[in-house]
Amino acid sequence: MKIASSQPGAGAIHHGKLDKSMAHRKLTPRQYLILGVVAISAPLGDSCLSRGMRHMASISLTHPAALIGAVFTPWIALGILLLIGFFASYLTALSWADLTFVLPATAFGYVFIALLAKFWLQEAISVERWAGIIVITLGVGFVAQGPARTEQPASVAEEAPSEEPVCSQVEPR
Amino acid sequence: MITPATVTNPWAAAAMIAGVVLTSTTGEVTIASAMKSIGDLDAIRARSGMGGAIRAVLTSPRFFAGVFFLAVAFFAMLFALNHLNLSLAGPATASLMLVTNMIAGKIFLKENVDRRRWTAVALVCVGVYLLAH
Repeated sequence: MKIASSQPGAGAIHHGKLDKSMAHRKLTPRQYLILGVVAISAPLGDSCLSRGMRHMASISLTHPAALIGAVFTPWIALGILLLIGFFASYLTALSWADLTFVLPATAFGYVFIALLAKFWLQEAISVERWAGIIVITLGVGFVAQGPARTEQPASVAEEAPSEEPVCSQVEPR
Repeated sequence: MITPATVTNPWAAAAMIAGVVLTSTTGEVTIASAMKSIGDLDAIRARSGMGGAIRAVLTSPRFFAGVFFLAVAFFAMLFALNHLNLSLAGPATASLMLVTNMIAGKIFLKENVDRRRWTAVALVCVGVYLLAH
């Protein structure tokens, strides 16, 4: 707010950036689908890894080669396949959205992973842990309402303006 | 038969989670930086086909640097899952990585991390505290 009021000449530039970031805010159905795949495939893959690792004897740091051997067991292999799908979708999402947008926007996977842990891996989830998962999901859902991408200035030395000053600045007199 | 997770002391659990979080954050920020420099993969694919999109990614040295750190994080996660419950290790590493990535994204990627995003980070911290109990 202070920066905006002290630099009246910068208004048009900031207004232009706002328009660009607003345009990025509207994701296509295909982009939503990619974010959905990112959210679901990561916890599914992690669950496969967890199930696979539970079937193995305890691995210590003195025998790290046992971790390599674990890669070729069925559950771990399936988990890796799912995580490859996750990674491809994740890279695609990162090519048109901010890292700090993609991570929160795909956070509903936390709920999914908790349900998997409870019903598939038969892990007990306490009330506090459920509350933690809900609070995390609330927080990241909050973030996902913002723009997907920061419009980078040509020079990285230029500080990107925050949302609120830009919005308050474009109000007509 | 599924064997129960090995019980470890809180410091060992914290060290395992910290190892995953730090290596993963380094990898993710590096890869995000690479993808920003490459550009919209959907647009590249529309222009040059799937091969062109794959080539654009695989010819980026920064991408491979990120993959290296993510590979280290992957094996660190395998190790952690061998000792901790998924319902602890999964959400704890993922939510802590969100916090570290927000900070790293602002510092290194110059992303616009506004008040809304910082509020979410605070909510995530509360969530992580609840998860640890």
